[in-house]
Amino acid sequence: MRHLLSTTDLDRAAAIRVLDTAAQMAATQGRQIKKLPTLRGRTVVNLFFEDSTRTRISFETAAKRLSADVINFSAKGSSVSKGESLKDTALTLQAMGADAIVIRHQASGAPHTLAHAGWTEAAVVNAGDGMHQHPTQALLDAFTIRRHLTGGPGNPDGVGNDLAGLHVAVVGDVLHSRVARSNVDLLHTLGARVTLVAPPTLLPVGVGPWPAEVSYRLDDVLAQGPDAVMMLRVQRERMSTAGGGFFPSPLEYTRLYGLDARRLATLPDHSIVLHPGPMNRGLEISADAADSPRAVIVEQVANGVAVRMAVLYLLLAGDGDTAGTAPATGAVPALTSASSSGSTPATTAAPTTTAGATA
Amino acid sequence: MTAQYLLKDVRILDGEPTDVLVAGGLVAAIGPEAGDAAENAPDDLDVIDATGMVLLPGLVDLHTHLREPGREDAETIASGTRAAAAGGFTAVHAMANTTPTQDTAGVVEQVWRLGAQAGWTDVHPVGAVSVGLAGEHLAELGAMADSAARVRVFSDDGKCVHDPVLMRRALEYVKAFDGVIAQHAQEPRLTEGAQMHEGVVSAEIGLAGWPAVAEEAIIARDVLLAEHVGSRLHVCHLSTAGSVEIVRWAKSRGIDVTAEVTPHHLVLTDEEARGYDPVFKVNPPLRTQADVDAVREGLADGTIDIVATDHAPHTREDKDCEWAAAAFGMTGLETALSVVQQTMVDTGRMTWADVARVLSTNPARIGRVEGHGRPIAVGEPANLVLVDPEQRRVVEPERQATASANSPLRGRELPGRVVATFLRGRATVLDGVPQDDPADPRFAAGRVTP
Ligand SMILES: [Zn+2]
Repeated sequence: MRHLLSTTDLDRAAAIRVLDTAAQMAATQGRQIKKLPTLRGRTVVNLFFEDSTRTRISFETAAKRLSADVINFSAKGSSVSKGESLKDTALTLQAMGADAIVIRHQASGAPHTLAHAGWTEAAVVNAGDGMHQHPTQALLDAFTIRRHLTGGPGNPDGVGNDLAGLHVAVVGDVLHSRVARSNVDLLHTLGARVTLVAPPTLLPVGVGPWPAEVSYRLDDVLAQGPDAVMMLRVQRERMSTAGGGFFPSPLEYTRLYGLDARRLATLPDHSIVLHPGPMNRGLEISADAADSPRAVIVEQVANGVAVRMAVLYLLLAGDGDTAGTAPATGAVPALTSASSSGSTPATTAAPTTTAGATA
Repeated sequence: MTAQYLLKDVRILDGEPTDVLVAGGLVAAIGPEAGDAAENAPDDLDVIDATGMVLLPGLVDLHTHLREPGREDAETIASGTRAAAAGGFTAVHAMANTTPTQDTAGVVEQVWRLGAQAGWTDVHPVGAVSVGLAGEHLAELGAMADSAARVRVFSDDGKCVHDPVLMRRALEYVKAFDGVIAQHAQEPRLTEGAQMHEGVVSAEIGLAGWPAVAEEAIIARDVLLAEHVGSRLHVCHLSTAGSVEIVRWAKSRGIDVTAEVTPHHLVLTDEEARGYDPVFKVNPPLRTQADVDAVREGLADGTIDIVATDHAPHTREDKDCEWAAAAFGMTGLETALSVVQQTMVDTGRMTWADVARVLSTNPARIGRVEGHGRPIAVGEPANLVLVDPEQRRVVEPERQATASANSPLRGRELPGRVVATFLRGRATVLDGVPQDDPADPRFAAGRVTP
């Protein structure tokens, strides 16, 4: 794996490998000293052309727990938001010796362009591009679903498992959602059955070939007893004429597509509720549903760090790189903690925390 | 004194090999008389062995963006018409979306004059329909028609004349001077923020869709308006199967509508967008294979009257970026004839006479251009292009005559090569090379400079 641009980059084996590695990473995060020396001396740049404090912090935490140097490059607004700047920024980061670039961009395909235009040698991780993909979100969703619905005594994280036989409903603004696209591809790759639920205005023309069923009626889909229900964020502005006029009113949206206590009660006991956040409480999800024991939303956040650690690890230290240790097959102790001096890699020791914002 | 040229063993369109003498700005002789006349010719006779080659009337482009005035960093009238000559054109229509806009007699005359000075092709400025392409007030269409540039084609291309009342008035008004409204059919509300064809590929790669209906709805409205007021309508760069159907229906009703397709819509599909390379970003967008098949069929059966390039040069910085930030458009003057040969002639859909019809005769007729698109006969003006259909070449945008490198056909091998282009008997291209005038300081370095 050279870059992670889309969940379609991952076949079943590669996806399971990321999830299994994430399980190892998660195990180390239960310890008092969470830091691993694996990426010491490597530089990870968080290049964010679009605000997302949550995603940036998650990637930053992941990189720091692997002892990488982290540079946050907020390129939003003013002069850097247009055209040529992506190229100039890439050239700058290349000159600064970035080993990995985590990019969030409002334009679909910007990470693809960054990875393939010849501007940088760095590994590129897509942290969300326009309406296209957000692969680490889908991976953390799959990790969370696998843990809850396939894990058992002796294998709480469901290591080695796929999601075959599970039914996942993805509900909300599919049209504008990179989370939905990433999840449909990954869930399908892992063997799950996916049903998209949305008003017809919020489904893309051309959704036909997607490996998913489509329904306009949430109650019908919930009656099928899905194992997981993933609620997508719906922006209130989509209702206005300027926002596209996709639905008549927030109230009507909530009535037809919101997950509330009544709908929650119709689900089988084992079913879980996911949301990529940030939530619009009272719009796509009620407080009852969001705070219920079935909701694994807070856990998704924690799993996000483990999954992003796994992705950075596999991109920068996987596959025989001397700076890393054996990945998926190794036991958890193979990913030794920073306190264990024995496994400090040969690379020049560098400060383990750097967070100066440049730009 | 201009040289004389004897084209030996050339096929006129699909005919048997013969000889053609170009002299005095005219097709001076054809057949055995050409050789006889050449024997008595002065020293400056240039004999070209044209065995296996095809002679067509000089090509006429109804849709060219020359970018001057305003964006001389992307193209100039001199560099763009030099590229046109290299592609076999003897006349081009310069679209109105320049800065300042070609919406007054003064600006269209300036463009016309710069074209004449450059001397590569005839340049016919297109006049804007509305002031500043803003779609609000009619530009002074009559003044442009009566100017030295003699404008007959009016278009807000780049933008759609979406207000039905303004469109109706424009259609009616230009009847006074036999003009035509060339519509860029794009319903603006349905295409806000649109990046590519709306369909399976856009759904997957997450680019905002440009639905076929946004083109078809405007064409349907406009053919009905044209019928109602009895005017002439031209549809620019028609790109969908539905548009072909609507135009076919309109023609069957006797509506005075003509339509064009671009070379890129004859050969490329929206699948090209998957790599997010903005060189494939164009407006209207590349469509599906079914649409490509439909426009080829429409061109072959005459529903689509012409091929026009929509040559749209852009600087590197306007394309060297993420898709959404990139400009729409691609170059086409130097590859148009090859694409038509590849998709229409080599596949058996069209003859060379058909090529002459869609790339010369029909565009000259629609644009009311005199002296171009004429039959190749003794006494006709020698606006001609000599093509070698047997040669093949790989497209290298940096080596083209256009000042911009945004060709979507980079690296592709295409059939056919323009060997020579004659503008009123003067060779603008010989041996495939533009004939820069060494006496002209602009060409001192062998290359046009702005
Ligand atoms: Zn146009």
